[in-house]
Amino acid sequence: MSDSNGTTSKPMSDVNSTEPIEAVPVRHWGQLISGVIVSVIVIGILYAVATNKNIAWSVVAENLFGPTILSGLWVTISLTVLSMLIGIVLGIMLAVMRLSPNKVLQGVSAGYIWIFRGTPQLVQLLLWFNLALFFPRLGIGEFSIDTNTLISAFVAALLGLGLNEGAYMAEIVRAGILSVDHGQTEAAMALGMRRRKTMFTIVLPQAMRVIIPPMGNELITMLKMTSLVTVIAAPDLLNRAQTISVRNFYIFELLIVASIWYLVLTTIATFAQARLEKRFARGAAASGSMSKRVARNLKPGRVRSSAATVTSDVNVTMKDGAQS
Amino acid sequence: MTHAMITATNVHKSFGHVEVLKGITLEVKQGEVFCLLGPSGSGKSTFLRCINHLERIDSGRLSVDGQLVGYKERDGKLYELNENEIADQRRDIGMVFQRFNLFAHMTALQNVMLAPVEVSGEQRKSARERALQLLDRVGLADQANKYPSQLSGGQQQRVAIARALAMRPKLMLFDEPTSALDPELVGEVLDVMRDLAQSGMTMVVVTHEIGFAREVGDNLVFMDGGVVVEQGHPREVLVNPQHVRTQAFLSKVL
Repeated sequence: MSDSNGTTSKPMSDVNSTEPIEAVPVRHWGQLISGVIVSVIVIGILYAVATNKNIAWSVVAENLFGPTILSGLWVTISLTVLSMLIGIVLGIMLAVMRLSPNKVLQGVSAGYIWIFRGTPQLVQLLLWFNLALFFPRLGIGEFSIDTNTLISAFVAALLGLGLNEGAYMAEIVRAGILSVDHGQTEAAMALGMRRRKTMFTIVLPQAMRVIIPPMGNELITMLKMTSLVTVIAAPDLLNRAQTISVRNFYIFELLIVASIWYLVLTTIATFAQARLEKRFARGAAASGSMSKRVARNLKPGRVRSSAATVTSDVNVTMKDGAQS
Repeated sequence: MTHAMITATNVHKSFGHVEVLKGITLEVKQGEVFCLLGPSGSGKSTFLRCINHLERIDSGRLSVDGQLVGYKERDGKLYELNENEIADQRRDIGMVFQRFNLFAHMTALQNVMLAPVEVSGEQRKSARERALQLLDRVGLADQANKYPSQLSGGQQQRVAIARALAMRPKLMLFDEPTSALDPELVGEVLDVMRDLAQSGMTMVVVTHEIGFAREVGDNLVFMDGGVVVEQGHPREVLVNPQHVRTQAFLSKVL
């Protein structure tokens, strides 16, 4: 190498070396200052709550796993699950109606969604609870039943939450159905499949990929929405906490108990949802039967299979190309 | 004597104000490979889709194997078929799409088995056996449990052909079956189609594969602007086109 190149050769070798760069990092003073301020505020609040003599933490501790609270927790969980199920079934029905060529079905579905999304959840709960005021007996002809017997607080809660959820699920399901390529429907029709069968065997299973992530969000929202049923005296978590505090006057403590449980439930649901989203974001490239895939997901130390799939695909293509 | 599988008489079709088919009259005989050629927008794909009623014709008559497509005639009056009757009509007509349209959530085998089980009510076991035979016929027996996303375009299209054959159709429609494929994958699909033609299947093929049309085709129609410009045996039309538009098109394609 000549001398003139000698001057450039040094930085060149630096670039090629694997040594980390040693340089003075940029100081982000703004970040540092705002971080300190926020930390001081948060620590202050936590300290104030934790050391507040007026909060009886022992009451929180002894009620957290008390039988009354646990029974309320159970009601909250079952309310959430059952009203989600009602909402899903209803949502699929409404979405299919909305997309059907039948104008009457379309109209009914649109009207339902309009009413149930346009009125507050709380009002709907109260309406179901007070149904007996307008319809003292429900039934057809001689077969009728006292409304108050049929619609207990729990049933009213279920109706209020589930029917409302149906309207929201309908929009989610509709978006999912519309996301499936029309070619899928055409291919099914060309095979002689009827409309209903095409919807349930071809379109909806594929729409699930788009439907499931927002459905997780709905579940988490529903968990918290169930606390509204307290106003119609359904024995949910919040309602149970309040019945205790009415007796012992530890209002704030029992609200903390309820909050802790709500946090636990939403945290679990959030983790579950994150997993689901990851699964469904992987696209249609799912491999193996459903049971195999579930088993694979349950295995400890699971490895992302996408890389492996890609390489095996290439092998397959090459092998096949050689054949033909 | 071979009888007519498809008879089209003065078929018209418009999308809104755009008239796509301006009076198509042609006849496809049983066992024949009938190629539809033409520039894009000439209406050839639309005509193909009319044959199994994926599109509804506005006027004229179109019948498959002596049966009107989408209508029934009683006492000199036409009655529109309901959805289920139309679905039943489509069973006998296989269709292969440009974009394959395999069911993405099912394996190759499940794709092929689906219609025999769900539409014809065939037993799962026998449907499965026949599906495996069909996959073997298109050279994909070893790919039966792969999902469409794990297959190459050529493999997907061959599965799509097997899927259509599973319904034992009397007529197969091909809508530009190789247009979405990488060049090196076109051959494997054309091979399968050639075998199918040799087995005596009636085939209507919309294609840009001039070589395939010349070699396998029994009849060729050149369409442009919604009308049949020229018709004849592929070797004659392709080698010695009579019409100016056919000549212009072929000079660009060949």
